[in-house]
Amino acid sequence: MNIRFDKLGVVIAAISAYAAFAAPFATFRANRIVPGQARSILEALPATTGTLLLVTIVVAALIALFKTPLVLRLAASVAALAALALLIGVAGTFLTPAGNTFARVSPASGFWILIFAFTLLLADVLTRLNLSPLARVGVLVVAALTIGLLLISGSWDNLSILKEYFNRADSFWAEGSKHVTLALGSLAAAVIVGLPLGILCHRVENLRAGVLNVLNIIQTIPSIALFGLLIAPLGWVAAHVPGAAALGIRGIGTAPAFVALFLYSLLPVVANTVVGLAGVPRAANDAARGMGMTDRQRLFGVEFPLAFPVILTGIRIVLVQNIGLATIAALIGGGGFGVFVFQGVGQTAMDLVLLGAVPTVALAFAAAIILDAVIEMTATRRRVETA
Amino acid sequence: MIEIEGITKRYDATTVVDDVSMVIEPRTIAVIVGTSGSGKTTLLRMINRLVEPTSGIIKLDGADNRSLPGYELRRSIGYAIQGHGLFPHRTVAQNIATVPVLLGWDKDRIKARVDELMTLYQLDPEAFGPRYPHELSGGQQQRVGVARALAAEPNVLLMDEPFGALDPIIRAKAQEDLLAIQKRFGTTIILVTHDMEEAVHMGDKIAVMDAGKLVQYAKPAEILAKPASAFVETLVGASERPFRLLSLGRVRDAMEKGSAEGEAIPGDASQRDALAELLWSGRPALPVTGADGKPIGRVTVDGLVKRAARPA
Ligand SMILES: Nc1ncnc2c1ncn2[C@@H]1O[C@H](COP(=O)(O)OP(=O)(O)OP(=O)(O)O)[C@@H](O)[C@H]1O
Ligand SMILES: [Mg+2]
Repeated sequence: MNIRFDKLGVVIAAISAYAAFAAPFATFRANRIVPGQARSILEALPATTGTLLLVTIVVAALIALFKTPLVLRLAASVAALAALALLIGVAGTFLTPAGNTFARVSPASGFWILIFAFTLLLADVLTRLNLSPLARVGVLVVAALTIGLLLISGSWDNLSILKEYFNRADSFWAEGSKHVTLALGSLAAAVIVGLPLGILCHRVENLRAGVLNVLNIIQTIPSIALFGLLIAPLGWVAAHVPGAAALGIRGIGTAPAFVALFLYSLLPVVANTVVGLAGVPRAANDAARGMGMTDRQRLFGVEFPLAFPVILTGIRIVLVQNIGLATIAALIGGGGFGVFVFQGVGQTAMDLVLLGAVPTVALAFAAAIILDAVIEMTATRRRVETA
Repeated sequence: MIEIEGITKRYDATTVVDDVSMVIEPRTIAVIVGTSGSGKTTLLRMINRLVEPTSGIIKLDGADNRSLPGYELRRSIGYAIQGHGLFPHRTVAQNIATVPVLLGWDKDRIKARVDELMTLYQLDPEAFGPRYPHELSGGQQQRVGVARALAAEPNVLLMDEPFGALDPIIRAKAQEDLLAIQKRFGTTIILVTHDMEEAVHMGDKIAVMDAGKLVQYAKPAEILAKPASAFVETLVGASERPFRLLSLGRVRDAMEKGSAEGEAIPGDASQRDALAELLWSGRPALPVTGADGKPIGRVTVDGLVKRAARPA
């Protein structure tokens, strides 16, 4: 029989073997700030369940390792991810002594590496399946619903990140909505200002270099200047002024954070508008004028629709970038998920850091998938063929 | 009527169109020929003001073409752009409907017009209407480009190498259709082409351009018979001249009295086709039939050969 290895599968099999047998699956701590003790899969789970998980991982890794049908690979990655997601909750319950509210159980490196390995496999399968944009959004929705169900069902309640959440449920949603408002609001402002500015730069050649240079400078220096210059003194304050860290290093408020994100967003929007408009085929522009369109009709009827996918790409960059950057807004008192990250850093409570980081990453990831799908849907119909 | 008076276009130091003057009579076809880069497209685009001339005046039916805003002028002039220039984000039907939509025609009238034009150009409205340009062949794209130019029934039509990508059969059909449309609506057409055959066949007059200058503007027969310069002679194709000359005349006009044996040729066929048939079948004469199919005379090899000679 002719056995062939899958290139990516070799990597996946290797790292999942390491993660399953050599790395800790969960960390147990007597309370939230003491150093943790590593627990392997067999230590973290009831004996049969642990063995079952190991078997699942080994089988899934073997399926990944060899060249196997896509459906099988899909099933393997989904099964492995589902088992991991379910059983980390079981580990939480199993490791927490009954009635002990101080003990903390959190996923450890082995768990995260396994999640990474099988997400890689899943992503690879989904890419090879060549899903339509809508189907990809569908997969995203299913994944989000599954995670939501797991959260509601309470099977993760004994994990430390959720214990941090239960302590801060109100502020979690408040900061979350602040985070989203900050990211989307500054994006909206950047689009409202950036699109006309980009169109202007496209039409008035003399303006283009100047505006883009200024935005380039803003993009580099002030982002560091504004955020960076604030990070240093506030970090110093947090470390040296007693009580500052506990206060969450509140500083200057939402407005400067909003302005900073807005300025930071302008360059991608303006630059992509300019590039998109410049990429409109000359023949199409020519025909538009030749048929008797006014400048306005040409802008909205021809240039804009043809440049739209490129402009959307700029908006996608900004959205993902803003969702990430909004985290740092917490440093200048802007709120958002960053609040938990920096509180956690201040208190050396990793679980609190995760409470801020995980939703941020999830949001950025979802935004990227959704916008990519939208871009693809608008682009396929407008595929440009040069005459 | 289109009057071009002393039109010059310069880009920096290079003169692209150099002091061109010509008059295109109403309801006629003027064909512009010339080597690549000789300024044909530029001259055409100065008529609908896609290019503003450096100096000179262009009048349409007596009115300066600058008396209207550019976009209004262009809506009244059909323009088949070189290399089709279809909108990649609009369907074939939407592309053809461009000018009628700009002019605010109502939906039913637009739909009827689009269907009519697509049928004329042998593109099934049901099958091709909803397609995007990149889903068509080059020749189909070009026909859509021509249909788009014709959509609003313009009085003046500018066509920049409209049939370049068509195969000989569809090209001949497209040429006949254009001639029929031109006859029916009395359209004034300026057509740019690289194909001398097409120029002689389509043009009431032919304009020859060389390096921005108009070197000769005359009836096809005159261009063939009395080329103004060696350049025109080369462009016309010296070895093809006698046949091109014959292609201008009808068999009826070369008819002699008498009768002949074998298959007949209709009186309104071209003399060139008659000569080709004579040579091919090895006969000295062909019977000629009238519109009713009855023989009315004959054409002879000798008679046609005399006609193919350089006119005195
Ligand atoms: N916008 C412009 N700027 C500078 N030069 C130009 C411009 N447009 C055209 N030209 C030049 O003018 C000359 C004539 O161009 P034009 O397009 O009128 O030629 P053409 O006769 O239509 O050629 P072809 O048969 O290849 O289409 C060319 O040398 C071209 O490079
Ligand atoms: Mg040209």
